[in-house]
Amino acid sequence: MNALTRRPALIALLVLLAVAGVRALTGEALTDSGTVGAALRLAVPIGLAGLSGLWSERAGVANLGIEGMMIIGTVCGAWAGHFHGVWAGVLAGVLGGAAAGLLHAVVTVTFGVDQVVCGIAVNILAAGVARFLCVVVFTGLPGAGATQSPPVTGDVGTVSVPLLAGGAGGGDLLGDLERGGVFLLADAAGLLRGLLHEVSWLTVAAVVLVPVSVVVLWHTAFGLRLRSAGEHPAAADSLGVPVQRMRYCGVLISGGLAGLAGAYLVTVSSGLYQEGQTGGRGFIGLAAMIFGNWRPAGTAGGALLFGYADAVQLRQASAAHTLLLLGAMLAWTAAIAVARRRPRLAAGAALLGAAAFALFQSTGSVPTQLIYATPYLTTLLVLATVAQRLRMPAYVGLPYRRGGA
Amino acid sequence: MMNELAARIRKVPHALAAPALALLLALVVATALLAAAGASPGRTYVTMLEFGARPDSLVSAVNRSVVYFLAGLAVAVTFRMNLFNIGVEGQYRLAALLAAAAGAHLDLPAPLHVAVMCAVAMLAGAAWAAIAALLKVWRGVSEVLSTLLLNYVATGVVAYLLAEVFAAGSTTGSTADLPPSAHLPDLNGLLALAGVTLPGGASLGGAVLGAAVLGVAVHLLLTRTLFGHDLRMSGLNAAAARVHGVDPRRMIIVTMLVSGAIAGLAGLPHLLGTAHHFGLDFPAGAGFTGIAVALLGRNTPLGIAPAALLFGFLERSALILDIEGVPKEIVTIMQGVIVISVVVAHEVVRRAERRRAARLVRARTEPEAAPAPAPGRVP
Amino acid sequence: MTRPSVASSGTDPFPGVPLVELRRITKHYPGVTANRDMNLLVRPGQVHAVVGENGAGKSTLMRILYGEERPDSGDLLLDGLPVRFRSPADAIAAGIGMVHQHFLLAENLTVLENVILGAETSRRGLLDRRTSAHALRDLGERYGLAVDPGARIEHLGLGERQRVEILKALYRGARVLILDEPTTVLAPGEVSRLFTSLAELRARGLAVLFVSHKLDEVLSVSDHITVIRAGTAVGEFATGDADPGVLTRLIAGGDLPPAARGGRGGKGPVVLRLDGLRTDAVNAVTLELAKGEILGIAGVQGNGQSELIDALVGTREITAGTVRIGGRDATRLGVRQRRRLGLACIPEDRHRQALALPATLWENVMLGSEDLRRRSRWRLDRAAAREAAGEIGARLGVGAPSPDFPAAALSGGNQQKLVVGRVLRGRPEVLLAAHPTLGVDVGAQAVIWDLLRDARDAGLAVLLVSADLDEVLGLSDRVQVMLRGRLTPALPAGELTRPRLVRLMTGT
Repeated sequence: MNALTRRPALIALLVLLAVAGVRALTGEALTDSGTVGAALRLAVPIGLAGLSGLWSERAGVANLGIEGMMIIGTVCGAWAGHFHGVWAGVLAGVLGGAAAGLLHAVVTVTFGVDQVVCGIAVNILAAGVARFLCVVVFTGLPGAGATQSPPVTGDVGTVSVPLLAGGAGGGDLLGDLERGGVFLLADAAGLLRGLLHEVSWLTVAAVVLVPVSVVVLWHTAFGLRLRSAGEHPAAADSLGVPVQRMRYCGVLISGGLAGLAGAYLVTVSSGLYQEGQTGGRGFIGLAAMIFGNWRPAGTAGGALLFGYADAVQLRQASAAHTLLLLGAMLAWTAAIAVARRRPRLAAGAALLGAAAFALFQSTGSVPTQLIYATPYLTTLLVLATVAQRLRMPAYVGLPYRRGGA
Repeated sequence: MMNELAARIRKVPHALAAPALALLLALVVATALLAAAGASPGRTYVTMLEFGARPDSLVSAVNRSVVYFLAGLAVAVTFRMNLFNIGVEGQYRLAALLAAAAGAHLDLPAPLHVAVMCAVAMLAGAAWAAIAALLKVWRGVSEVLSTLLLNYVATGVVAYLLAEVFAAGSTTGSTADLPPSAHLPDLNGLLALAGVTLPGGASLGGAVLGAAVLGVAVHLLLTRTLFGHDLRMSGLNAAAARVHGVDPRRMIIVTMLVSGAIAGLAGLPHLLGTAHHFGLDFPAGAGFTGIAVALLGRNTPLGIAPAALLFGFLERSALILDIEGVPKEIVTIMQGVIVISVVVAHEVVRRAERRRAARLVRARTEPEAAPAPAPGRVP
Repeated sequence: MTRPSVASSGTDPFPGVPLVELRRITKHYPGVTANRDMNLLVRPGQVHAVVGENGAGKSTLMRILYGEERPDSGDLLLDGLPVRFRSPADAIAAGIGMVHQHFLLAENLTVLENVILGAETSRRGLLDRRTSAHALRDLGERYGLAVDPGARIEHLGLGERQRVEILKALYRGARVLILDEPTTVLAPGEVSRLFTSLAELRARGLAVLFVSHKLDEVLSVSDHITVIRAGTAVGEFATGDADPGVLTRLIAGGDLPPAARGGRGGKGPVVLRLDGLRTDAVNAVTLELAKGEILGIAGVQGNGQSELIDALVGTREITAGTVRIGGRDATRLGVRQRRRLGLACIPEDRHRQALALPATLWENVMLGSEDLRRRSRWRLDRAAAREAAGEIGARLGVGAPSPDFPAAALSGGNQQKLVVGRVLRGRPEVLLAAHPTLGVDVGAQAVIWDLLRDARDAGLAVLLVSADLDEVLGLSDRVQVMLRGRLTPALPAGELTRPRLVRLMTGT
């Protein structure tokens, strides 16, 4: 598996081949631009949540309150978004999330409370705050209810890449290719077009945050110090790095990112606040971070994966069913790839593939209620596969006080 | 024996300090929010207290708190080991559904019927929790994430089972009604024996007794058995526990199973005492309140009981607020603030305790003490 | 006691104002005075050794010099001017660098990242790795401390890591380099390489403070020696004039009693047998341990001893070979099962593996007592545990007023006494004692040694793993040395001299 995982391009090609094969067999296009576009839209909040977790954990603080910080982001975003426009909503979301992050930081860094417990507590508090604010601020406004806000004013706006995906100036090369239906080419074109056609500006901003995180964390002094607070706070302290302050920074940035994810949900994904709209994405984001080995690029990849699973759930029932076939094919490919070096893993993968295939054949379609569970099941499956061999920041979860615990 | 008792008693004020502080802070925050929202804090509290102190309110609060107590117990068992079972929500709903479905098809004498349904619920809850336990032991998946994700999966599974299997064809979309032998009797009869009559037709659910018994059982399990001891040691220092023979994998699995089993029971008071069937409207959210209650109650049954009562009381008294035009969600905020401040207060008290103990010990071992060090110089 | 003054001792290559002076430094911790009116003069271009027993106060003094602690009274002078260090950052800025005994290096970061942390050079906001790497390589070559800047710390050996630590200090322009017990973790060739680097540093005018309790090394590498005992400086010498006997007496505070030698153990039946045991870092170990004897496994830390103990306890998988406890094959048994066979251990890391610090004393006693568990099946016999804890506490003078006190409240030495008392109370058949007096004050150390000897005389079989020569020679009946995962043949302790043991341990 190692030789394979070191060449993501090869994996991408194999997956694409499998997808094209499925389309040839069932007529179901799994990477049509509509689904991929939806996947991107759904991946952004997950990816931002994952980045949020990353910034916090790199500084040494486990942040399980991302979900709660996202909720605060949604409610603040909807409030400012309704009264003062979309971009005010985005800003309010970020600030709200950062405020929640500040609370988490104070309790875990200054008071040294167990970080997991505090994260859970933040979620509880945030849910309460959101509900209260919703009732107090939104009742009586047109379109509002007890658990939802009036719509946000204005639109963030979208952009499409010209020439390739129908942007300003005409030309939709990828769209033409996709409609052409050629094996592999059409699937690849659909995939690319989904990523380049009518993409929200906020999505662009979120995507940009990924390389920005890489640069800041690995190529600036600030980033090095922040990471040292998570890798070896005692060493950092002995060299004069202000560990507590670095942890505060990490958690605040984390909160801001989570708030941005929430703001995205109310401005781009849906246009208003609704109770429960975060739907566990804070935690799926953490899973993306784990999948990405605590690196921004990997986190983004994981987010796309989970976003896709989310999109399938929303698009059509038949797609979910077809995913089983895809899953079977991928599992068998993986089994063949590792058969020689890791026979037990190969056997497990083959078994999983067989089960997926059997399910595919025996059921006409995935029941709607279970489709709802697709993203969560996917996340669990991914976690079960990768969780063990990863490298997390060495001192995450351990409070640091100078002179010993 | 007397020494130990004295030591325990001396700890009580400390044990109460944290929750008391937390309550105070919650009141402060709530007052501020109420004022900001344009409602009079004083009048709100008085209204809540008046409404909440009515006998029928109290009874209702107690009934409610039984559910929170059970959920809190389930969570607390794992918390003591630094495991976090956040999946109580999914576990209890799935268990309630399966118990309701099983119970509707059985015809047994009353105590047996209830007992069987309890067993089904416990098995279902334990099985759902076992998924997360196995994922952790075999694949190292964090149980925080897995139990939480399984909550969402459980929602889907419950909806599916309800629609396609257990309530297929039913007009109400819920399982068949439970026969009378599965109705949990209330305690009014018992209370009457003691000379107490509840006004207004209120009835104290029989689940209270069951919950009390379970609470005692869990307390004994945690404090008087080797398992409970191993659990606590694993939570305090997993490496040391392992070196001295505690098998971490076994502990994780058994703890999660026990937790899941208790969680499974959390839906039964409502199922057996009030609703008598399981539908999509079966109350949700008890799992998360259970977490709050466990944190507030410091992971022991003795603490969780009053915490559950408090939350039950708060929620009941909040009902009146709607009528008065005050957002009843103020109570949810209060609950959240209580949880946060209690965990902070616990930590502060814990550190103070540790310093005090260290000072006492050093005073004994170094009678010719060196000049007192400047404050804050603890190494 | 006369203190030979520095001036009268002759050669002083760079006379003048001392680089660093510590004057009448006093530091108290609750219950113990670590430094009492301590004086120290450090001159440039010298290797100045600070020697003393464990617990004499050397480390505290260095931590004060490095800004990690602040003295309760006394002055710190740099180039003759008083200074006050609020934190290590101040000390670093003043040109003082420290190589701690336990390295402070982040495993997941590279050498370069560890070195430049806190002193980064940036160009236009971004880290200028190239310039820093260049500077690092230059430093490395100049002082014979070459390391690959791009390597991850986790891939480096202990000797290389120490070089990184030294480079960390030099990169920041240190004029004074403090080395705290630098040779404890080094392999043979690495020690001489270190000393060569130190000579180079001295030649370039730096002052090196060499803190150690190993007299022979100190005598070979230093120019100047200060002896510390019980928190005060009790003697200062130019190395050339120093007499080892005088030094030893000063360190120990009197004539040392002849090192209690083991060798009294009679041979009983074999209770522990290892045959070709293999696991990580352990390469086919074979040994036999009999009732009523202490077998000492000597060796520098990092040669596989920890892994061997883990494999015997049951927390590490054995990949080949067998372990037999009392005749029963225990190779595939779990930890609890081995304990039931009579195997007990004193773990190497007291805080991480032996005690649950927040738990009470009786809970900790319960944790380690197989007999209490066996007696009561599934019940937790609190009363018995409390009684046992009280008994151990009273007998060994552990210091807690009642068994309900948290273990964290005890001092290190008392904690270890509790650990040893707990394990011996259970009357095990075989005891694995890993570094039983590491980091323990002299008084507790003596108590623990007596306990082990008495238990041995009563029939206990002890496998002692230690890097402390006095401990190995003083307690063992037979000695084997562990080097790179293999054991040397057993020798009776009586036939071993200190120098010979050192040679075996360092593989020379």
